[in-house]
Amino acid sequence: MFLALLGTSLLVFLMIHMIPGDPALLLAGLEAGPEVVEQMRRDLGLDRPLYEQYWNFLSGALRGDFGTSIRMRIPVLEEIMARVPYTLTIALGGTILATIFGVVTGVIAAMYHNRFWDGVMMVMALLAASTPSYWLGLMLMLVFSLSLGWLPSIGIRTPVHYVLPIITLAGQSAGIISRMTRSAMLDVLGQDYVRAARARGMKERVVIVRHALQNALIPVISIVGLRFGNLLAGTVLVESVFAIPGVGRLLVDAVLWRDYPMIQGTMLFVASVFVVVNTATDLLYGVVDPRIRVSRS
Amino acid sequence: MKKTSEGLLRFRRNKVAVASAFVILGFIIMATLAPVIAPYGPLEQDLVNNYLGPSLDHLLGTDELGRDIASRLCYGARISLGIAFSSVLVGVMIGAVLGLVAAYKRGIVDSVIMRFMDVLLALPGILLGITIVVVLGNGVVNTVIAVAIFSVPTFARLVRGSALQVLELDYIVASRAVGASASRIIFGHVVPNALTPLVVQSTLQLGVAILIASGLSFLGLGVQPPNPEWGAMLSKGRELVRSTPVAAFAPGMAITLVVLSFSLLGDGLRDALDPTMKRR
Repeated sequence: MFLALLGTSLLVFLMIHMIPGDPALLLAGLEAGPEVVEQMRRDLGLDRPLYEQYWNFLSGALRGDFGTSIRMRIPVLEEIMARVPYTLTIALGGTILATIFGVVTGVIAAMYHNRFWDGVMMVMALLAASTPSYWLGLMLMLVFSLSLGWLPSIGIRTPVHYVLPIITLAGQSAGIISRMTRSAMLDVLGQDYVRAARARGMKERVVIVRHALQNALIPVISIVGLRFGNLLAGTVLVESVFAIPGVGRLLVDAVLWRDYPMIQGTMLFVASVFVVVNTATDLLYGVVDPRIRVSRS
Repeated sequence: MKKTSEGLLRFRRNKVAVASAFVILGFIIMATLAPVIAPYGPLEQDLVNNYLGPSLDHLLGTDELGRDIASRLCYGARISLGIAFSSVLVGVMIGAVLGLVAAYKRGIVDSVIMRFMDVLLALPGILLGITIVVVLGNGVVNTVIAVAIFSVPTFARLVRGSALQVLELDYIVASRAVGASASRIIFGHVVPNALTPLVVQSTLQLGVAILIASGLSFLGLGVQPPNPEWGAMLSKGRELVRSTPVAAFAPGMAITLVVLSFSLLGDGLRDALDPTMKRR
């Protein structure tokens, strides 16, 4: 995890530095004289060698100092933190919704393997996984806000405003989780102990939930963990559709405005959460599956 | 040869996969013949007749500048499919070379290549795409590069995996013992064995590539309007939904249909070419 974080920070840092153009010139403004730009360059530490700049950036980032936004002239971290609640709510809500939908439909599909409901669930899942989220958002907005008038379309003033963005964000992941759950369940349902449980006359419900689902959870958890990171990144698109002032929108605006410190900060923030969540997912295996705990110690 | 024809037979029995192959073929024909099929030019404005609903003159209506949406969709297929095919092709080539080198050289070279791939995979797709576009700038070619770089680690891992499997086998050890050169081992034994999973993964990746490229363009970071790329056509989405719902519906539907077809085709190819991998 540490290595991945270090690598990501280096990648983001180098990429930002490969961009043609001079941040000092940008910050000082076009009408500034050369001595002002030179001063700015010294202030930003841009006259130092590259490895020293990276070290400064890294140690600053660890202390929570991501620099100052060129466009808004306020600390990057402050702005990110102000917007995190929106993004995190949508990403978490989307993950929970996608997991519930994905697991339920996946289990149903596995129970009715190769029969009608299996087909229905899998067509739905594949369709959901193939639909671009921003388009799904627009279509939901068209139906539920503009035609039916049941839900608000844009902005994020009340809890009801979260409904459409969360459904939009969950769509793709629900499809992917559903397919994963189905195949994991089918693997487990073919095992001897499931047949043994059935032979002992257990109720089908008990067999499915206690014997099959519990053992099918590992691959499901790993895909859910991966999806959370993707959903977090996916908020970039969904926040643009629904005009939500979250971290994703902040990143896109920063890119459009060439606000480099802000790009660097938001990228690093999202990537860090992504890496941390993936590591947490690995640790979760041990909680679900005692065998992994034993083999690790 | 026998193996291939058996696979073809299995593939033809899979109706869903054949149907999706035809859908993709249809879109490719639409893209190549766009100037013949499309009744209007992709950038042809008609400001008097803007925001029109569907009619016989304009099958899918017109947008805010009076451009014919059906025609733009046809020309857009050129850009969207073009980006998908070229980026996956570049991604496969770079990824395959990196994977082969990593598997053949092992040791430090392997570690360096694969750790770098891990870092690329540590960023979610759309974020990596944005990072690359930030550096390179927007436009069609840079979108291709961004999506290609995103695809590289997937293919590098895949090729390395199958190469490592093959290189373990006794007959490779034997051919090394009789003095076969590295290029003979790689191109004579390793590459043919990695080809099937590579074809399957490339097909699946084409769908992912379209999703990422159109997502970037939707954000205004990929292909720029007035180019009729499908994602870019939706970049004014919220206004479109209010004024001409069809204009917002059609490009997204095209994306969904193509991505779905690539997924189904990829699954079908896997079942047909690699029966051991067959899903139930």
